[in-house]
Amino acid sequence: MTLFAEILIAFFLVVSGIFGLVGSFGLIKLGETMQRLHAPTKATTVGVGGVLIASMLYFLLIEGNLSFHELLITLFLFLTAPITANFVAKTYVARHLKRHDLPETGRAHGWSIYDDPPGRSEDE
Amino acid sequence: MFARLVPHPILSLTLAIVWLGLVNKITPGNVLLGGLLGLVVPMLTSAYWPNRPTLRNPGMALSYILIVLWDIVVANVEVALIILFKPRAALHSQWVTVPLELTSPEAITVLAGTITLTPGTVSTTLSADAGSLLVHCLHTDDPDGVRDRIKQRYERRLMEVFE
Repeated sequence: MTLFAEILIAFFLVVSGIFGLVGSFGLIKLGETMQRLHAPTKATTVGVGGVLIASMLYFLLIEGNLSFHELLITLFLFLTAPITANFVAKTYVARHLKRHDLPETGRAHGWSIYDDPPGRSEDE
Repeated sequence: MFARLVPHPILSLTLAIVWLGLVNKITPGNVLLGGLLGLVVPMLTSAYWPNRPTLRNPGMALSYILIVLWDIVVANVEVALIILFKPRAALHSQWVTVPLELTSPEAITVLAGTITLTPGTVSTTLSADAGSLLVHCLHTDDPDGVRDRIKQRYERRLMEVFE
């Protein structure tokens, strides 16, 4: 039973290590900022997730008590990762791209990076 | 009376659960303190939530979370394969415009976060009237397919959860 638990935990640790490595490698390999942004937001969620699952399994199967910290870390990670990516992407677009580099919005207003939102008074 | 005392039941429950998770031990004292936090914090902050979102369909929300978790695992493998085996010149990165039917800010935030966490897409910005979303695709030859997939798989479910 302990051996089985150890193999399972080791498996999750190895998987997370591989994904963490690939995510970091992506930062070197990919060419543009927008492409590089994809590597850390994806490849590291499973990277971190694997360590967290391994940690939960370790405390559950070997120490014999349930640990909730990992679930909270997952929750906070899923809340913060997209927001960071969004900030980086917006900053990149605002500094390096022009209006005509982006596709049309298909709406009466342009992208919010270049255009002001419609005023309240216009709405009503 | 109940609505006055607990203006936002889901927030109360979340606070209590997060508190129990943080202390990492379920004892009567901790449950009591967590319950108290869940009661007091929403009461003190309810003034700042004039239009709080309502979860219309909790079952759908749960299945949405499971689908997204599954998609995140698939996305990781896809992106890892692209990073490892696709030569840089063969990468076709594109911008995709996704017209939105969702109107509530909370729902749009969830959709944008989901897009960033799942297959090779990062949501970048909204149009000024919040009517469409700009998404960057790491590799695709079928931008319309990506847009339809986002609308079909995620937005349709979020419509049922929030609106």
